[in-house]
Amino acid sequence: MLVIRRDLVEAMVAHARRDHPDEACGQIAGPEGSDRPERFVPMLNAERSPTFYRFDATEQLKVHREMERNDEVPVVVYHSHTATEPYPSRTDISYAQEPDAHYVLISTRDPEEHELRSYRIVDGVVTEEPVQVVESYMFAHTGVDDTPDGS
Amino acid sequence: MAITVSIPTILRTHTGGQKSVEAAGTTLAQVIDDLEANHGGLKSRLVKEGTLHRFVNVYVNDEDVRFSGGLDAAVKDGDNVTILPAVAGG
Repeated sequence: MLVIRRDLVEAMVAHARRDHPDEACGQIAGPEGSDRPERFVPMLNAERSPTFYRFDATEQLKVHREMERNDEVPVVVYHSHTATEPYPSRTDISYAQEPDAHYVLISTRDPEEHELRSYRIVDGVVTEEPVQVVESYMFAHTGVDDTPDGS
Repeated sequence: MAITVSIPTILRTHTGGQKSVEAAGTTLAQVIDDLEANHGGLKSRLVKEGTLHRFVNVYVNDEDVRFSGGLDAAVKDGDNVTILPAVAGG
């Protein structure tokens, strides 16, 4: 299950809407081992395409170094589908290389109502998981430490 | 001094869980061969048909090697090689 704060969901959806009809992509960093998404990191789609996305390699390295310094990992990797359902495409599955990440897909095919779903993708096997949207992690059981997030 | 290579989570099965390992060589291709000698299985995850696999990004210090010669990119002692999974899809 993905437990995620509402403001982070809203940030992903806003990014997807802003870049529509191109695909938007990004990640949400969280403390290593916590499985708790905390820091929203929208990424450039180097492809600027309605059917494909790729993190800009230079930006990806910069963000990777920041995350290493902070002892963070990409807890969520998200991207949008702008004309199809929010289900991982064959290309999405072939590139999925973060077995510990939640892969979030947002569809902006409907101009009013977005669709958001989350998956684990491990060794080419896609498993959908429930998404629980919370106002704060303070009362949600998100990990072994359950540290209040200060909000 | 050697070359330090950062290994992404997905490839740490080949390094006994280590996040970074040391290697030697004067080009990226040599570094990858040296990695393979000590951590079997890594090369086929990085190289396909004589070029870098599209599923990985490789950097020497802060430079994406796609812009500095690919497998022929020069590497020297003290450099950091970072391997990251390409994040992409459709």
